[in-house]
Amino acid sequence: MAGQPFRGDEGGLIDRERPIAFTFNGERLQGYAGDTLASALLANGIRLVGRSFKYHRPRGIVSAGAEEPNALVQLAVGARTEPNARATQVELFEGLEAESQNCWPGVGFDVGALNGVFSSLFPAGFYYKTFMWPASLWMTYEHWIRKMAGLGRAPVQPDPDRYEHRFAHCDVLVAGGGPAGLAAALAAARSGARVILADEGADFGGALRGLRATIEGRPAMNWVRAAVAELAAMPDVVLLRRATVAGYYDHNSFVVSERPAEHMAVPAPFQARGRLWSVRAKEAVLATGAIERPLVFGNNDRPGVMLASAAQAYANRFAVRPGSRAVVFTNNDSAYEAALDLARAGVSVAAVIDAREDPGPAARRVREAGIESIPGHAVINVQGGRKLKAAEVMAINGDGTACAGGDWRAIPCDLLAVSGGWNPAVHLFSQSRGKLRFDDRIAALVPGESFQRERSAGAARGTFTLRGCLAEGFRAGAVAARAAGFDKAGEPPVPDCDTQAETPLRPLWVVPLPKHTRLKRFVDLQNDVTAEDVALALREGYDNVEHLKRYTTLGMGTDQGRTSNVSGLGILAGLRGKSIPSLGTTTFRPPYTAIPFGTIAGREIGHHFAPTRRSAMHAWHEQAGASFIPAGLWFRPQVYRRPGEGMMDAIYRETKSVRTTVGMIDVSTLGKIDIQGRDAALFLDRVYTNNFRKLPVGKARYGLMLREDGMVFDDGTTTRIGESRYLMTTTTARAGEVMRHLEYCLQVLWPELDAYAVSVTEEWAAIALAGPASRSVLERVVGGVDVSNEGLPYMGYREGTVAEVPARIFRISFSGELAYEINVPADYGAAVWEAIHTAGRSFDIIPYGTEALSILRIEKGHVVSGELNGRTTADDLGFSAFLSKEKDFIGKRSLAREGLWRPDRKQLVGLIPVDKKTRVPRGAQIVEDPDRETPVPMLGEITSQCYSPNLGHPIALGIVAGGRALHGRTLHALSPVTGERVPVTVTPNVFIDPKGERLRG
Amino acid sequence: MMLIPCPWCGERAQVEFAYGGDATVKRPADPASASDREWHDYVFVRDNPKGPLDELWYHAAGCRRYFRVRRDTVTHAILASTPLPEIT
Ligand SMILES: [Zn+2]
Repeated sequence: MAGQPFRGDEGGLIDRERPIAFTFNGERLQGYAGDTLASALLANGIRLVGRSFKYHRPRGIVSAGAEEPNALVQLAVGARTEPNARATQVELFEGLEAESQNCWPGVGFDVGALNGVFSSLFPAGFYYKTFMWPASLWMTYEHWIRKMAGLGRAPVQPDPDRYEHRFAHCDVLVAGGGPAGLAAALAAARSGARVILADEGADFGGALRGLRATIEGRPAMNWVRAAVAELAAMPDVVLLRRATVAGYYDHNSFVVSERPAEHMAVPAPFQARGRLWSVRAKEAVLATGAIERPLVFGNNDRPGVMLASAAQAYANRFAVRPGSRAVVFTNNDSAYEAALDLARAGVSVAAVIDAREDPGPAARRVREAGIESIPGHAVINVQGGRKLKAAEVMAINGDGTACAGGDWRAIPCDLLAVSGGWNPAVHLFSQSRGKLRFDDRIAALVPGESFQRERSAGAARGTFTLRGCLAEGFRAGAVAARAAGFDKAGEPPVPDCDTQAETPLRPLWVVPLPKHTRLKRFVDLQNDVTAEDVALALREGYDNVEHLKRYTTLGMGTDQGRTSNVSGLGILAGLRGKSIPSLGTTTFRPPYTAIPFGTIAGREIGHHFAPTRRSAMHAWHEQAGASFIPAGLWFRPQVYRRPGEGMMDAIYRETKSVRTTVGMIDVSTLGKIDIQGRDAALFLDRVYTNNFRKLPVGKARYGLMLREDGMVFDDGTTTRIGESRYLMTTTTARAGEVMRHLEYCLQVLWPELDAYAVSVTEEWAAIALAGPASRSVLERVVGGVDVSNEGLPYMGYREGTVAEVPARIFRISFSGELAYEINVPADYGAAVWEAIHTAGRSFDIIPYGTEALSILRIEKGHVVSGELNGRTTADDLGFSAFLSKEKDFIGKRSLAREGLWRPDRKQLVGLIPVDKKTRVPRGAQIVEDPDRETPVPMLGEITSQCYSPNLGHPIALGIVAGGRALHGRTLHALSPVTGERVPVTVTPNVFIDPKGERLRG
Repeated sequence: MMLIPCPWCGERAQVEFAYGGDATVKRPADPASASDREWHDYVFVRDNPKGPLDELWYHAAGCRRYFRVRRDTVTHAILASTPLPEIT
């Protein structure tokens, strides 16, 4: 294992007592606790970390934070592998494994680099131009492009880690824990406000971690530690580290993505790897800092070209020399501090090139330190490929549009630290729908008019001095706390900080090309968008910012253009001869940085994806060998297979038993709604198409509900169980919808009705007992009720006991057989089920599942979801007789529309294969002549189909245009999916016992 | 996510509610005598105003009451929240 040749002997926020071993592209390396992967790579002298997206040019580390466009790595292997991790934010841990992305076979020699040689073939919009034709080849192109472009690999194994969701409320949320954020949190928390302070870093301090600033004459990090200690001691303050405020949504709601175990190879037992916080804050302070802009010049993407603030942070925070000999290129003052700090760290700083003619006092300070100051000049090109060799410098003219020529000079260096000014991180502000404003003083977008209850402070609003950040932070925290109701919140006095006089920056969006040169000047490093691409897009008519972005893909990488958007805007404005504010800006959308899918999913995965509803008899079904099928949130027994029995054999056995002896089925999942009140009958009359007012106590009736547009909504039986009390049943699927519909009718349409509805689905266990022997079985367990045909006729209702438990007994049938439905309080469901099953043994009773139920109902032609598809009317389904002429009901007026009565509407029919053997394909289309010239008119579709063991041949239900007039005709069921075509005969939709004699017996 | 003030339960997160549509739509008192146009407008036609709109919300995961919310469709600001008129 090599040493760390670029690591300083002292200083930095790293722990030299704790060396950490890691591997990069298979090479074993060493860093220290406190390092990021990027700082550890630089300490080891590794500059080339990846290849670019389009041209596969060699790329190095550009930044020290979330804005990193280049240093994207694949982390770990196997199930925990993670693509697109920014090396600048990955905390180093023992055993970390990282690999470069975007290169094959390796970062040093990359086949895709040929794209760079032929780069004239890849201009702006190349996707749109090159791969348009023929469209059928797009899939092939895309595969090839993806392989070449790479962007990391998603894991293919299940994620082994645990993720959580948390909800929180606070008075003041502070986004960002730099000086302004800490000051805001202190001011707010001291007033007693509940404060959440979140920072994306492993610890607080923000930019101060990478600067040599002082507060009250002592290192600024001392103040940071004291502030954090004070906040940590307050009970109503929550400090979140490694937590990015990623989204700012309506009504001051926030999403915070916390990564509690990101700095470990494997999370500790029971520890979450990711945690998604949903925070509702009364007030917010946005102290998200600022991001330095690169400068755009020839070959500015070479490894070794780095943001000045990043080079400074590597020197100060990590005691790493990001190069041996540096040149600094700037248009503002901040890079001069970087130059001095690099020199202090032992980097030989050759020169500071400044686009400004008169840099002022800053230039004097570097000259005093022995560094050459070259004002009025620019770096126009760099030499070197995988490793920087020299910066080529030229004078530029007063408006920055051309090289002055003459004094060309190459300064040898292996580090070029650049600063094009600073962009406040206005992402959250923009997400909150605040209006951005262009501030000429710093040539950047700053927060303008607020839309939500927030205020920005410090660098996030364009204030770059430490003193200014602290003052604004204290003020913002106090203002936020007062707005949240903590009237006494005050502003602590601002401590002394050293502050230098500033010379204004000179906007320089792109460095001009020397005459007769064609150099690539990159605006967006991640997506390989150059200044020439912007110019080309403009020539081709994409002069709008949003169009430019999509055409060139500028700002559309995983870094969302954090270092490139404003520069792109500046270049476009220059080319169009307009001011930046007049062009508008693209919108910042959440999340600020990517949130892992695991964190978004939280615990709602696998079994916990949705709640599970089980009936009271669930355990019995399990013991009886049932397989289950989801029905909404419910799990219903599908079939009870006996040992060695095939699936279909079991289903047909169950189906036959119901028609020949007796079966029992758990129907607890049907919706049950208790409706009471003086006007309950009137209410039912209005929501059902048929009459309920004359239904006597102790009788049930089938009811049909429409939507207001006349289409069938739901059906079920409703029983009058008391003078002014009804029990409505709904289909399992629509129970919730029907309940909401009834509430709407009662509360919004007819509040004058004295009627109330409440869902009692969970309160009752429901058992259907069906088959010729069902009465005999029931007689053995029933008490207090005469269940003979006279005592409890078809559609009758009685209350009594079953297995000595108070029970509601309904003589209703879905199977078409003599049948009863028994409702008992849910707690007794299992016992009553068991008792009925025991009593039925001598009659060969069997439990049956939803598969048998489905066959029984198709045999009887009953409609369910396939037929009640929201596009069928009562008449389509043969239910015209249920449409009362004497009263109004929901949907009735819509039935006056002629179109709902056209004879060629699709109507419910039965279908039997002509050969009585071939199963009708599921979902098949029905046509008259499959052999005619296309397009073949579609007459309808199959809605339900099965093999009927009781009839001995397949049957189906379908909706067919004018179907009722086609009984006896032969049509064809075609499945374009399976290629099957089956001739079918049209029949009435009831296949068994059409007169209903069995259920009345 | 919006914070919706239920007149009965107080401020609750949007996920607890179901949207009930334009509150100003009135079902014709006597549908049978409504013209085709009136009925068509009631069933199918809704304004989509930019700005304040009176709408119904249903506290599905709470008190199960429908109530009226005046919401600005541009800003999502909740301008008022009132129970439906009680008729006894
Ligand atoms: Zn409520």
